Amino acid sequence: MSKRKKRQALLQSVPFMLPSFTGMLVFSLLPILISVLISLTDWNGLDKLNPETLSQHFVGLQNYAKILTTSEFWQVLGHTLYYIVLYIPLVFVASLGIAVILNKNMRGITVFRVMYYIPVLTSWVAASLIWKWVLSPQYGIFNQFLSYIGIRGPSWLTSEIWAMPAIVLASVWKDMGFFGLFLLSGLKMIDMSYYEAARVDGAGKTKQFFSITLPLLTPSIFFCLIMSLINAFQLFPQVMIMTEGGPNGATQVMVERIYTYGFKYFKMGYASAYSWLLFIIIFVLTILQMKGQKGWVHYES
Amino acid sequence: MNRNTWQKVRFYMVSCLIAVIVMIPFLWMVSTSFKSKGALMALPIQWIPEKPTTAAYEKVFSRFPFLRAIFNSLFITVSYTVITVLSASMAAFAFTKIKFPGADMILKLYLASMMIPTQVTLIPLFVIMNHLKLINTYPSVILPAMFRPFGIFMLVQQMRSVPDDFIEAARIDGAGMFRIFRTVILPLCSSAIATLTITTFMEGWNDYLWPLLMLTDKNKMTLTLALNSLNGQYGTEYNVLMAGSLISMIPIIIVYICAQKNFKQGIMAGGVKA
Repeated sequence: MSKRKKRQALLQSVPFMLPSFTGMLVFSLLPILISVLISLTDWNGLDKLNPETLSQHFVGLQNYAKILTTSEFWQVLGHTLYYIVLYIPLVFVASLGIAVILNKNMRGITVFRVMYYIPVLTSWVAASLIWKWVLSPQYGIFNQFLSYIGIRGPSWLTSEIWAMPAIVLASVWKDMGFFGLFLLSGLKMIDMSYYEAARVDGAGKTKQFFSITLPLLTPSIFFCLIMSLINAFQLFPQVMIMTEGGPNGATQVMVERIYTYGFKYFKMGYASAYSWLLFIIIFVLTILQMKGQKGWVHYES
Repeated sequence: MNRNTWQKVRFYMVSCLIAVIVMIPFLWMVSTSFKSKGALMALPIQWIPEKPTTAAYEKVFSRFPFLRAIFNSLFITVSYTVITVLSASMAAFAFTKIKFPGADMILKLYLASMMIPTQVTLIPLFVIMNHLKLINTYPSVILPAMFRPFGIFMLVQQMRSVPDDFIEAARIDGAGMFRIFRTVILPLCSSAIATLTITTFMEGWNDYLWPLLMLTDKNKMTLTLALNSLNGQYGTEYNVLMAGSLISMIPIIIVYICAQKNFKQGIMAGGVKA
Protein backbone atom coordinates (compact mmCIF):
# COMPACT_ATOMS: atom_id res chain seq x y z
CA MET A 1 0.00 0.00 0.00
CA SER A 2 1.23 3.47 -0.83
CA LYS A 3 1.69 6.04 1.88
CA ARG A 4 -1.24 8.10 0.64
CA LYS A 5 -3.53 5.06 0.60
CA LYS A 6 -2.43 4.12 4.09
CA ARG A 7 -3.28 7.54 5.39
CA GLN A 8 -6.60 7.44 3.61
CA ALA A 9 -7.43 4.04 5.16
CA LEU A 10 -6.51 5.31 8.58
CA LEU A 11 -8.75 8.34 8.20
CA GLN A 12 -11.60 6.25 6.88
CA SER A 13 -11.36 3.82 9.79
CA VAL A 14 -11.51 6.48 12.51
CA PRO A 15 -15.31 6.94 12.62
CA PHE A 16 -15.84 3.18 12.53
CA MET A 17 -13.33 2.44 15.26
CA LEU A 18 -14.22 5.35 17.53
CA PRO A 19 -17.02 3.77 19.65
CA SER A 20 -15.29 0.46 20.33
CA PHE A 21 -11.87 2.02 20.83
CA THR A 22 -13.16 4.61 23.30
CA GLY A 23 -15.08 1.87 25.06
CA MET A 24 -12.00 -0.31 25.19
CA LEU A 25 -9.89 2.46 26.75
CA VAL A 26 -12.46 3.61 29.32
CA PHE A 27 -14.25 0.38 30.22
CA SER A 28 -11.51 -2.20 29.76
CA LEU A 29 -7.88 -1.09 29.53
CA LEU A 30 -8.00 1.70 32.10
CA PRO A 31 -9.95 -0.38 34.66
CA ILE A 32 -7.55 -3.28 34.18
CA LEU A 33 -4.55 -1.07 34.91
CA ILE A 34 -6.26 0.54 37.91
CA SER A 35 -7.23 -2.88 39.19
CA VAL A 36 -3.58 -3.98 39.24
CA LEU A 37 -2.67 -0.87 41.20
CA ILE A 38 -5.54 -1.22 43.68
CA SER A 39 -4.61 -4.85 44.33
CA LEU A 40 -1.25 -3.61 45.63
CA THR A 41 -2.85 -1.32 48.23
CA ASP A 42 -5.10 -1.53 51.27
CA TRP A 43 -7.35 1.19 49.87
CA ASN A 44 -10.73 1.22 51.66
CA GLY A 45 -12.85 2.69 48.90
CA LEU A 46 -13.62 5.84 50.88
CA ASP A 47 -10.66 8.14 50.23
CA LYS A 48 -10.68 9.67 46.79
CA LEU A 49 -8.74 7.48 44.39
CA ASN A 50 -5.69 9.25 42.99
CA PRO A 51 -1.97 8.46 42.67
CA GLU A 52 -1.32 9.98 46.09
CA THR A 53 -3.91 7.81 47.85
CA LEU A 54 -2.59 4.77 46.07
CA SER A 55 0.99 5.41 47.17
CA GLN A 56 -0.12 6.13 50.74
CA HIS A 57 -1.93 2.82 50.90
CA PHE A 58 0.71 0.83 49.02
CA VAL A 59 1.34 -2.56 50.60
CA GLY A 60 3.08 -4.44 47.78
CA LEU A 61 2.11 -8.05 47.37
CA GLN A 62 0.75 -8.37 50.89
CA ASN A 63 -2.86 -8.87 49.77
CA TYR A 64 -1.88 -11.79 47.57
CA ALA A 65 0.27 -13.32 50.28
CA LYS A 66 -2.52 -12.92 52.81
CA ILE A 67 -5.15 -14.52 50.59
CA LEU A 68 -2.95 -17.47 49.74
CA THR A 69 -2.06 -18.12 53.38
CA THR A 70 -5.57 -17.89 54.83
CA SER A 71 -7.47 -21.12 55.04
CA GLU A 72 -10.51 -19.31 53.66
CA PHE A 73 -9.13 -19.13 50.12
CA TRP A 74 -8.47 -22.85 50.04
CA GLN A 75 -11.90 -23.58 51.48
CA VAL A 76 -13.44 -21.40 48.78
CA LEU A 77 -11.50 -23.35 46.14
CA GLY A 78 -12.66 -26.54 47.83
CA HIS A 79 -16.30 -25.43 47.54
CA THR A 80 -15.80 -24.71 43.85
CA LEU A 81 -14.21 -28.14 43.42
CA TYR A 82 -17.14 -29.76 45.20
CA TYR A 83 -19.44 -27.93 42.80
CA ILE A 84 -17.41 -29.02 39.76
CA VAL A 85 -17.25 -32.68 40.77
CA LEU A 86 -21.04 -32.83 41.09
CA TYR A 87 -21.98 -30.44 38.31
CA ILE A 88 -19.85 -31.55 35.36
CA PRO A 89 -20.86 -35.23 35.15
CA LEU A 90 -24.53 -34.39 35.70
CA VAL A 91 -24.71 -31.55 33.19
CA PHE A 92 -22.71 -33.60 30.69
CA VAL A 93 -25.05 -36.60 30.78
CA ALA A 94 -28.16 -34.38 30.74
CA SER A 95 -27.03 -32.22 27.84
CA LEU A 96 -25.78 -35.18 25.81
CA GLY A 97 -29.21 -36.76 26.28
CA ILE A 98 -30.90 -33.58 25.12
CA ALA A 99 -28.61 -33.31 22.08
CA VAL A 100 -29.26 -36.93 21.02
CA ILE A 101 -33.03 -36.49 21.43
CA LEU A 102 -33.13 -33.22 19.49
CA ASN A 103 -31.03 -34.72 16.70
CA LYS A 104 -33.93 -37.00 15.72
CA ASN A 105 -36.17 -35.80 12.92
CA MET A 106 -39.51 -36.25 14.61
CA ARG A 107 -42.69 -34.23 14.56
CA GLY A 108 -42.89 -31.60 17.24
CA ILE A 109 -39.12 -31.42 17.74
CA THR A 110 -39.20 -27.59 17.67
CA VAL A 111 -41.59 -27.52 20.60
CA PHE A 112 -39.21 -29.67 22.64
CA ARG A 113 -36.24 -27.55 21.59
CA VAL A 114 -37.95 -24.36 22.74
CA MET A 115 -39.06 -26.00 25.99
CA TYR A 116 -35.59 -27.31 26.87
CA TYR A 117 -34.21 -23.85 26.28
CA ILE A 118 -36.61 -21.96 28.56
CA PRO A 119 -34.45 -22.40 31.69
CA VAL A 120 -31.51 -20.92 29.75
CA LEU A 121 -33.61 -17.86 28.94
CA THR A 122 -34.68 -17.38 32.53
CA SER A 123 -32.64 -14.92 34.55
CA TRP A 124 -30.62 -16.43 37.39
CA VAL A 125 -32.54 -14.28 39.84
CA ALA A 126 -35.89 -15.78 38.81
CA ALA A 127 -34.43 -19.29 38.52
CA SER A 128 -32.85 -19.07 41.98
CA LEU A 129 -36.11 -17.90 43.53
CA ILE A 130 -38.01 -20.74 41.85
CA TRP A 131 -35.48 -23.32 43.10
CA LYS A 132 -35.42 -21.87 46.58
CA TRP A 133 -39.13 -22.52 46.71
CA VAL A 134 -38.94 -25.92 44.97
CA LEU A 135 -36.35 -26.99 47.54
CA SER A 136 -38.21 -25.63 50.55
CA PRO A 137 -37.91 -28.50 53.05
CA GLN A 138 -41.56 -28.63 54.12
CA TYR A 139 -43.59 -26.90 51.46
CA GLY A 140 -41.46 -27.48 48.36
CA ILE A 141 -42.21 -30.06 45.69
CA PHE A 142 -38.75 -31.60 45.58
CA ASN A 143 -38.95 -33.16 49.00
CA GLN A 144 -42.57 -34.01 48.26
CA PHE A 145 -41.43 -36.12 45.31
CA LEU A 146 -38.71 -37.69 47.44
CA SER A 147 -41.30 -38.62 50.05
CA TYR A 148 -43.25 -40.54 47.40
CA ILE A 149 -40.30 -42.90 47.03
CA GLY A 150 -39.83 -43.07 50.77
CA ILE A 151 -36.92 -40.63 51.17
CA ARG A 152 -37.04 -37.88 53.75
CA GLY A 153 -35.42 -34.94 51.97
CA PRO A 154 -32.92 -32.76 53.83
CA SER A 155 -33.46 -29.06 54.49
CA TRP A 156 -31.37 -28.33 51.45
CA LEU A 157 -30.29 -24.71 51.64
CA THR A 158 -29.75 -24.55 55.39
CA SER A 159 -27.61 -27.69 55.58
CA GLU A 160 -23.85 -27.34 55.24
CA ILE A 161 -23.65 -30.64 53.37
CA TRP A 162 -26.65 -30.23 51.08
CA ALA A 163 -26.52 -26.50 50.17
CA MET A 164 -23.92 -26.96 47.43
CA PRO A 165 -25.66 -29.98 45.86
CA ALA A 166 -28.84 -27.89 45.83
CA ILE A 167 -27.03 -25.16 43.90
CA VAL A 168 -25.65 -27.82 41.55
CA LEU A 169 -29.15 -29.16 40.95
CA ALA A 170 -30.47 -25.72 40.02
CA SER A 171 -27.42 -25.06 37.82
CA VAL A 172 -27.73 -28.35 35.93
CA TRP A 173 -31.39 -27.67 35.33
CA LYS A 174 -30.62 -24.18 34.05
CA ASP A 175 -27.56 -25.01 31.92
CA MET A 176 -28.39 -28.37 30.33
CA GLY A 177 -30.41 -26.78 27.53
CA PHE A 178 -27.52 -24.50 26.62
CA PHE A 179 -24.90 -27.25 26.44
CA GLY A 180 -27.50 -29.54 24.87
CA LEU A 181 -28.01 -27.21 21.95
CA PHE A 182 -24.27 -26.69 21.64
CA LEU A 183 -23.63 -30.43 21.47
CA LEU A 184 -26.53 -30.72 19.02
CA SER A 185 -24.74 -28.46 16.54
CA GLY A 186 -21.72 -30.75 16.95
CA LEU A 187 -23.87 -33.82 16.25
CA LYS A 188 -25.29 -32.22 13.11
CA MET A 189 -21.79 -31.86 11.69
CA ILE A 190 -21.07 -35.59 11.85
CA ASP A 191 -21.11 -37.11 8.38
CA MET A 192 -24.01 -39.58 8.04
CA SER A 193 -21.94 -41.87 5.80
CA TYR A 194 -20.03 -43.09 8.87
CA TYR A 195 -23.25 -44.50 10.25
CA GLU A 196 -24.16 -46.12 6.97
CA ALA A 197 -20.76 -47.79 6.79
CA ALA A 198 -21.16 -48.99 10.36
CA ARG A 199 -24.62 -50.36 9.62
CA VAL A 200 -23.25 -52.29 6.64
CA ASP A 201 -20.61 -53.73 8.96
CA GLY A 202 -23.41 -54.79 11.29
CA ALA A 203 -22.70 -52.44 14.23
CA GLY A 204 -25.69 -51.90 16.52
CA LYS A 205 -26.99 -48.56 17.77
CA THR A 206 -25.07 -48.70 21.03
CA LYS A 207 -21.84 -49.62 19.28
CA GLN A 208 -22.40 -46.79 16.78
CA PHE A 209 -22.90 -44.31 19.61
CA PHE A 210 -19.71 -45.25 21.42
CA SER A 211 -17.45 -45.74 18.41
CA ILE A 212 -18.70 -42.99 16.07
CA THR A 213 -20.82 -40.38 17.83
CA LEU A 214 -18.80 -39.93 21.02
CA PRO A 215 -15.31 -39.80 19.44
CA LEU A 216 -16.43 -37.42 16.70
CA LEU A 217 -18.16 -35.25 19.27
CA THR A 218 -15.08 -34.92 21.49
CA PRO A 219 -14.17 -31.45 20.15
CA SER A 220 -17.56 -30.07 21.17
CA ILE A 221 -17.42 -31.96 24.44
CA PHE A 222 -13.98 -30.56 25.16
CA PHE A 223 -15.22 -27.04 24.48
CA CYS A 224 -18.23 -27.55 26.78
CA LEU A 225 -15.96 -28.92 29.48
CA ILE A 226 -13.67 -25.89 29.44
CA MET A 227 -16.59 -23.49 29.26
CA SER A 228 -18.35 -25.10 32.19
CA LEU A 229 -15.10 -25.09 34.18
CA ILE A 230 -14.65 -21.37 33.57
CA ASN A 231 -18.29 -20.78 34.49
CA ALA A 232 -17.87 -22.84 37.65
CA PHE A 233 -15.18 -20.48 38.89
CA GLN A 234 -17.47 -17.53 38.17
CA LEU A 235 -20.42 -18.99 40.05
CA PHE A 236 -22.31 -16.08 41.56
CA PRO A 237 -25.99 -15.11 41.22
CA GLN A 238 -27.41 -18.47 42.28
CA VAL A 239 -25.18 -18.44 45.37
CA MET A 240 -26.07 -14.84 46.18
CA ILE A 241 -29.81 -15.46 46.06
CA MET A 242 -30.11 -19.03 47.26
CA THR A 243 -27.66 -19.05 50.18
CA GLU A 244 -25.61 -15.79 50.28
CA GLY A 245 -22.57 -17.97 50.86
CA GLY A 246 -24.08 -19.74 53.83
CA PRO A 247 -24.91 -21.77 55.79
CA ASN A 248 -21.84 -21.13 57.88
CA GLY A 249 -19.82 -20.24 54.78
CA ALA A 250 -20.40 -23.63 53.12
CA THR A 251 -21.18 -22.11 49.72
CA GLN A 252 -18.70 -19.24 49.69
CA VAL A 253 -17.13 -19.05 46.22
CA MET A 254 -14.67 -16.71 44.54
CA VAL A 255 -16.92 -14.11 42.96
CA GLU A 256 -19.09 -14.04 46.07
CA ARG A 257 -15.93 -13.32 48.09
CA ILE A 258 -14.86 -10.56 45.66
CA TYR A 259 -18.30 -8.97 45.95
CA THR A 260 -18.40 -9.30 49.73
CA TYR A 261 -14.89 -7.97 50.36
CA GLY A 262 -15.25 -5.17 47.82
CA PHE A 263 -18.77 -3.93 48.33
CA LYS A 264 -19.69 -5.02 51.84
CA TYR A 265 -16.40 -4.65 53.76
CA PHE A 266 -14.87 -2.08 51.33
CA LYS A 267 -11.55 -3.92 51.36
CA MET A 268 -10.95 -2.90 47.76
CA GLY A 269 -7.30 -3.96 47.62
CA TYR A 270 -8.01 -7.38 49.03
CA ALA A 271 -10.97 -7.88 46.68
CA SER A 272 -8.91 -6.79 43.67
CA ALA A 273 -6.15 -9.22 44.54
CA TYR A 274 -8.81 -11.93 44.80
CA SER A 275 -10.04 -11.04 41.33
CA TRP A 276 -6.54 -11.33 39.88
CA LEU A 277 -6.17 -14.79 41.39
CA LEU A 278 -9.44 -15.64 39.68
CA PHE A 279 -7.96 -14.29 36.46
CA ILE A 280 -4.94 -16.59 36.77
CA ILE A 281 -7.20 -19.64 37.13
CA ILE A 282 -9.34 -18.62 34.15
CA PHE A 283 -6.25 -17.73 32.13
CA VAL A 284 -4.82 -21.22 32.56
CA LEU A 285 -8.14 -22.75 31.54
CA THR A 286 -8.33 -20.47 28.48
CA ILE A 287 -4.82 -21.45 27.39
CA LEU A 288 -5.83 -25.10 27.69
CA GLN A 289 -8.87 -24.37 25.58
CA MET A 290 -6.89 -22.62 22.86
CA LYS A 291 -4.33 -25.42 22.77
CA GLY A 292 -7.13 -27.93 22.42
CA GLN A 293 -8.94 -25.79 19.89
CA LYS A 294 -6.05 -25.93 17.44
CA GLY A 295 -6.76 -29.57 16.87
CA TRP A 296 -10.34 -29.08 15.78
CA VAL A 297 -11.59 -25.61 15.00
CA HIS A 298 -11.52 -25.23 11.27
CA TYR A 299 -11.50 -21.62 10.12
CA GLU A 300 -12.23 -20.94 6.48
CA SER A 301 -9.57 -18.64 5.17
CA MET B 1 -45.97 -53.22 16.98
CA ASN B 2 -43.38 -52.76 14.25
CA ARG B 3 -39.98 -51.38 14.86
CA ASN B 4 -40.67 -47.90 13.57
CA THR B 5 -43.66 -47.29 15.80
CA TRP B 6 -41.75 -48.59 18.81
CA GLN B 7 -38.94 -46.14 18.06
CA LYS B 8 -41.43 -43.29 17.87
CA VAL B 9 -43.05 -44.25 21.15
CA ARG B 10 -39.67 -44.44 22.84
CA PHE B 11 -38.65 -41.06 21.43
CA TYR B 12 -41.78 -39.33 22.67
CA MET B 13 -41.54 -41.00 26.07
CA VAL B 14 -37.97 -39.82 26.65
CA SER B 15 -38.48 -36.33 25.25
CA CYS B 16 -41.65 -35.82 27.27
CA LEU B 17 -39.90 -37.05 30.42
CA ILE B 18 -37.15 -34.45 29.96
CA ALA B 19 -39.78 -31.82 29.19
CA VAL B 20 -41.58 -32.67 32.42
CA ILE B 21 -38.37 -32.38 34.46
CA VAL B 22 -37.61 -29.04 32.81
CA MET B 23 -41.12 -27.66 33.16
CA ILE B 24 -42.15 -28.79 36.66
CA PRO B 25 -40.39 -25.93 38.48
CA PHE B 26 -42.11 -23.46 36.13
CA LEU B 27 -45.52 -25.04 36.64
CA TRP B 28 -44.90 -24.89 40.37
CA MET B 29 -44.07 -21.22 39.96
CA VAL B 30 -47.31 -20.55 38.06
CA SER B 31 -49.37 -22.51 40.57
CA THR B 32 -47.77 -20.74 43.52
CA SER B 33 -48.31 -17.30 42.02
CA PHE B 34 -52.09 -17.84 42.14
CA LYS B 35 -52.12 -18.90 45.77
CA SER B 36 -53.08 -16.83 48.77
CA LYS B 37 -50.53 -16.34 51.52
CA GLY B 38 -52.27 -18.95 53.66
CA ALA B 39 -52.37 -21.59 50.91
CA LEU B 40 -48.56 -21.44 50.61
CA MET B 41 -48.09 -23.30 53.86
CA ALA B 42 -51.07 -25.61 53.51
CA LEU B 43 -50.26 -29.27 53.96
CA PRO B 44 -50.68 -31.50 52.07
CA ILE B 45 -49.29 -29.42 49.21
CA GLN B 46 -51.89 -27.98 46.85
CA TRP B 47 -50.64 -28.76 43.35
CA ILE B 48 -53.40 -26.63 41.91
CA PRO B 49 -54.51 -23.78 44.19
CA GLU B 50 -57.91 -24.60 45.67
CA LYS B 51 -58.96 -20.96 45.72
CA PRO B 52 -56.96 -19.26 42.97
CA THR B 53 -56.42 -15.54 43.51
CA THR B 54 -54.52 -12.77 41.76
CA ALA B 55 -53.64 -11.15 45.09
CA ALA B 56 -49.93 -11.89 44.59
CA TYR B 57 -49.88 -10.02 41.27
CA GLU B 58 -51.61 -7.03 42.81
CA LYS B 59 -49.05 -7.06 45.63
CA VAL B 60 -46.12 -7.14 43.19
CA PHE B 61 -47.34 -3.98 41.51
CA SER B 62 -48.45 -2.16 44.64
CA ARG B 63 -45.37 -2.86 46.76
CA PHE B 64 -42.79 -2.13 44.14
CA PRO B 65 -42.71 0.15 41.06
CA PHE B 66 -42.80 -3.01 38.97
CA LEU B 67 -44.23 -1.39 35.84
CA ARG B 68 -41.41 1.08 36.05
CA ALA B 69 -38.96 -1.83 36.35
CA ILE B 70 -40.40 -3.42 33.21
CA PHE B 71 -39.89 -0.14 31.36
CA ASN B 72 -36.35 0.23 32.77
CA SER B 73 -35.43 -3.29 31.69
CA LEU B 74 -36.79 -2.76 28.20
CA PHE B 75 -35.15 0.62 27.75
CA ILE B 76 -31.78 -0.50 29.11
CA THR B 77 -31.71 -3.81 27.24
CA VAL B 78 -32.75 -2.34 23.90
CA SER B 79 -30.20 0.50 24.15
CA TYR B 80 -27.52 -1.93 25.29
CA THR B 81 -28.24 -4.25 22.37
CA VAL B 82 -28.36 -1.48 19.74
CA ILE B 83 -25.06 -0.01 20.94
CA THR B 84 -23.38 -3.42 21.08
CA VAL B 85 -24.44 -4.37 17.57
CA LEU B 86 -23.62 -0.97 16.04
CA SER B 87 -20.26 -0.59 17.70
CA ALA B 88 -19.25 -4.20 17.02
CA SER B 89 -20.30 -4.21 13.38
CA MET B 90 -18.58 -0.88 12.73
CA ALA B 91 -15.36 -2.12 14.31
CA ALA B 92 -15.53 -5.44 12.48
CA PHE B 93 -16.02 -3.58 9.20
CA ALA B 94 -12.96 -1.43 9.82
CA PHE B 95 -10.88 -4.46 10.81
CA THR B 96 -11.82 -6.60 7.82
CA LYS B 97 -12.62 -4.23 4.98
CA ILE B 98 -10.74 -0.97 5.53
CA LYS B 99 -7.65 -2.77 6.80
CA PHE B 100 -6.08 0.36 8.20
CA PRO B 101 -2.44 0.20 9.33
CA GLY B 102 -2.25 -1.32 12.81
CA ALA B 103 -5.58 -3.14 12.42
CA ASP B 104 -4.10 -6.54 13.25
CA MET B 105 -2.44 -5.26 16.39
CA ILE B 106 -5.58 -3.55 17.69
CA LEU B 107 -7.67 -6.63 16.91
CA LYS B 108 -5.24 -8.74 18.93
CA LEU B 109 -5.49 -6.28 21.80
CA TYR B 110 -9.30 -6.49 21.65
CA LEU B 111 -9.20 -10.29 21.68
CA ALA B 112 -6.68 -10.40 24.52
CA SER B 113 -9.05 -8.34 26.66
CA MET B 114 -11.59 -11.17 26.39
CA MET B 115 -9.39 -13.20 28.70
CA ILE B 116 -9.82 -10.80 31.60
CA PRO B 117 -12.86 -11.85 33.60
CA THR B 118 -15.35 -9.03 34.26
CA GLN B 119 -14.84 -9.40 38.00
CA VAL B 120 -11.34 -7.92 37.66
CA THR B 121 -12.65 -4.61 36.39
CA LEU B 122 -15.61 -4.43 38.78
CA ILE B 123 -14.02 -2.18 41.40
CA PRO B 124 -12.19 0.24 39.08
CA LEU B 125 -15.26 0.51 36.84
CA PHE B 126 -17.29 1.37 39.90
CA VAL B 127 -14.75 4.09 40.72
CA ILE B 128 -14.82 5.41 37.15
CA MET B 129 -18.63 5.48 37.02
CA ASN B 130 -18.66 7.23 40.38
CA HIS B 131 -16.15 9.77 39.10
CA LEU B 132 -18.27 10.38 35.98
CA LYS B 133 -21.29 10.81 38.30
CA LEU B 134 -23.13 8.07 36.41
CA ILE B 135 -24.19 5.86 39.32
CA ASN B 136 -27.96 5.42 39.40
CA THR B 137 -28.30 6.49 35.78
CA TYR B 138 -29.15 4.41 32.73
CA PRO B 139 -25.84 5.15 30.94
CA SER B 140 -23.91 3.41 33.74
CA VAL B 141 -25.29 0.06 32.57
CA ILE B 142 -25.67 0.93 28.88
CA LEU B 143 -22.33 2.51 27.99
CA PRO B 144 -20.14 -0.58 28.61
CA ALA B 145 -21.89 -1.98 25.49
CA MET B 146 -19.52 0.19 23.42
CA PHE B 147 -16.81 -2.40 23.86
CA ARG B 148 -17.94 -6.01 23.62
CA PRO B 149 -15.01 -7.99 22.18
CA PHE B 150 -17.06 -11.17 21.83
CA GLY B 151 -19.45 -9.48 19.40
CA ILE B 152 -16.59 -7.91 17.47
CA PHE B 153 -14.85 -11.28 17.21
CA MET B 154 -18.03 -12.96 15.96
CA LEU B 155 -18.68 -10.34 13.27
CA VAL B 156 -15.04 -10.24 12.17
CA GLN B 157 -15.29 -13.96 11.45
CA GLN B 158 -18.44 -13.37 9.43
CA MET B 159 -17.24 -10.30 7.50
CA ARG B 160 -14.03 -12.02 6.48
CA SER B 161 -16.15 -14.29 4.30
CA VAL B 162 -17.56 -11.34 2.31
CA PRO B 163 -15.45 -11.05 -0.86
CA ASP B 164 -13.44 -7.83 -1.18
CA ASP B 165 -14.65 -7.53 -4.79
CA PHE B 166 -18.08 -6.47 -3.52
CA ILE B 167 -16.48 -3.55 -1.72
CA GLU B 168 -14.34 -2.63 -4.71
CA ALA B 169 -17.34 -2.72 -7.04
CA ALA B 170 -19.35 -0.46 -4.75
CA ARG B 171 -16.40 1.89 -4.41
CA ILE B 172 -16.02 2.16 -8.18
CA ASP B 173 -19.72 3.03 -8.30
CA GLY B 174 -18.80 5.97 -6.11
CA ALA B 175 -20.21 4.73 -2.80
CA GLY B 176 -18.64 6.13 0.37
CA MET B 177 -17.57 3.93 3.25
CA PHE B 178 -20.73 4.50 5.26
CA ARG B 179 -22.89 3.59 2.30
CA ILE B 180 -20.90 0.43 1.66
CA PHE B 181 -21.25 -0.48 5.32
CA ARG B 182 -24.99 0.10 5.33
CA THR B 183 -25.98 -1.29 1.95
CA VAL B 184 -23.43 -4.03 1.30
CA ILE B 185 -21.96 -5.35 4.54
CA LEU B 186 -24.89 -5.18 6.95
CA PRO B 187 -27.35 -7.07 4.71
CA LEU B 188 -24.75 -9.72 3.86
CA CYS B 189 -24.05 -10.35 7.54
CA SER B 190 -27.67 -10.22 8.63
CA SER B 191 -27.79 -13.73 10.11
CA ALA B 192 -24.69 -13.18 12.25
CA ILE B 193 -26.06 -9.82 13.33
CA ALA B 194 -29.40 -11.43 14.23
CA THR B 195 -27.58 -14.00 16.37
CA LEU B 196 -25.53 -11.31 18.09
CA THR B 197 -28.67 -9.26 18.66
CA ILE B 198 -30.57 -12.00 20.43
CA THR B 199 -27.65 -13.23 22.56
CA THR B 200 -26.90 -9.65 23.61
CA PHE B 201 -30.55 -9.02 24.38
CA MET B 202 -30.68 -12.11 26.58
CA GLU B 203 -27.52 -11.15 28.40
CA GLY B 204 -28.64 -7.59 28.92
CA TRP B 205 -32.09 -8.63 30.10
CA ASN B 206 -30.76 -11.11 32.64
CA ASP B 207 -27.68 -9.21 33.79
CA TYR B 208 -27.37 -9.10 37.55
CA LEU B 209 -24.07 -8.16 39.18
CA TRP B 210 -23.24 -4.94 37.32
CA PRO B 211 -26.75 -3.42 37.54
CA LEU B 212 -26.81 -4.46 41.20
CA LEU B 213 -23.79 -2.24 41.82
CA MET B 214 -24.94 0.63 39.62
CA LEU B 215 -28.69 0.97 40.18
CA THR B 216 -29.72 1.27 43.81
CA ASP B 217 -32.58 3.73 43.33
CA LYS B 218 -35.93 1.88 43.27
CA ASN B 219 -37.10 3.85 40.26
CA LYS B 220 -34.04 2.96 38.19
CA MET B 221 -33.98 -0.78 38.92
CA THR B 222 -34.32 -3.40 36.20
CA LEU B 223 -36.60 -6.41 36.55
CA THR B 224 -33.88 -8.70 37.88
CA LEU B 225 -33.01 -6.11 40.51
CA ALA B 226 -36.68 -5.60 41.33
CA LEU B 227 -36.99 -9.34 41.94
CA ASN B 228 -33.83 -9.30 43.98
CA SER B 229 -35.16 -6.53 46.16
CA LEU B 230 -38.57 -8.21 46.52
CA ASN B 231 -36.66 -11.26 47.71
CA GLY B 232 -34.88 -9.12 50.29
CA GLN B 233 -38.11 -7.60 51.60
CA TYR B 234 -40.65 -10.38 51.31
CA GLY B 235 -38.32 -13.38 51.38
CA THR B 236 -40.97 -15.81 52.59
CA GLU B 237 -43.97 -14.68 50.55
CA TYR B 238 -43.31 -17.01 47.69
CA ASN B 239 -46.60 -16.27 45.95
CA VAL B 240 -45.41 -12.68 45.44
CA LEU B 241 -41.90 -13.76 44.41
CA MET B 242 -43.26 -16.33 41.94
CA ALA B 243 -45.65 -13.80 40.43
CA GLY B 244 -42.72 -11.40 39.95
CA SER B 245 -40.54 -14.15 38.46
CA LEU B 246 -43.25 -15.11 36.00
CA ILE B 247 -43.69 -11.52 34.85
CA SER B 248 -39.94 -11.09 34.41
CA MET B 249 -39.76 -14.17 32.17
CA ILE B 250 -42.55 -13.38 29.72
CA PRO B 251 -40.81 -10.75 27.53
CA ILE B 252 -37.65 -12.77 26.98
CA ILE B 253 -39.61 -15.90 26.05
CA ILE B 254 -41.65 -13.92 23.54
CA VAL B 255 -38.47 -12.51 22.01
CA TYR B 256 -36.96 -15.98 21.79
CA ILE B 257 -39.97 -17.59 20.16
CA CYS B 258 -40.18 -14.76 17.59
CA ALA B 259 -36.44 -14.91 16.96
CA GLN B 260 -36.69 -18.65 16.30
CA LYS B 261 -38.36 -17.78 12.98
CA ASN B 262 -35.93 -14.94 12.30
CA PHE B 263 -33.00 -17.27 12.76
CA LYS B 264 -34.25 -19.61 10.08
CA GLN B 265 -35.08 -16.72 7.75
CA GLY B 266 -31.67 -15.21 8.34
CA ILE B 267 -29.94 -18.45 7.47
CA MET B 268 -32.09 -18.94 4.40
CA ALA B 269 -31.60 -15.35 3.23
CA GLY B 270 -27.85 -15.80 3.64
CA GLY B 271 -28.01 -18.95 1.53
CA VAL B 272 -29.88 -17.26 -1.29
CA LYS B 273 -27.50 -14.31 -1.39
CA ALA B 274 -24.38 -16.47 -1.36
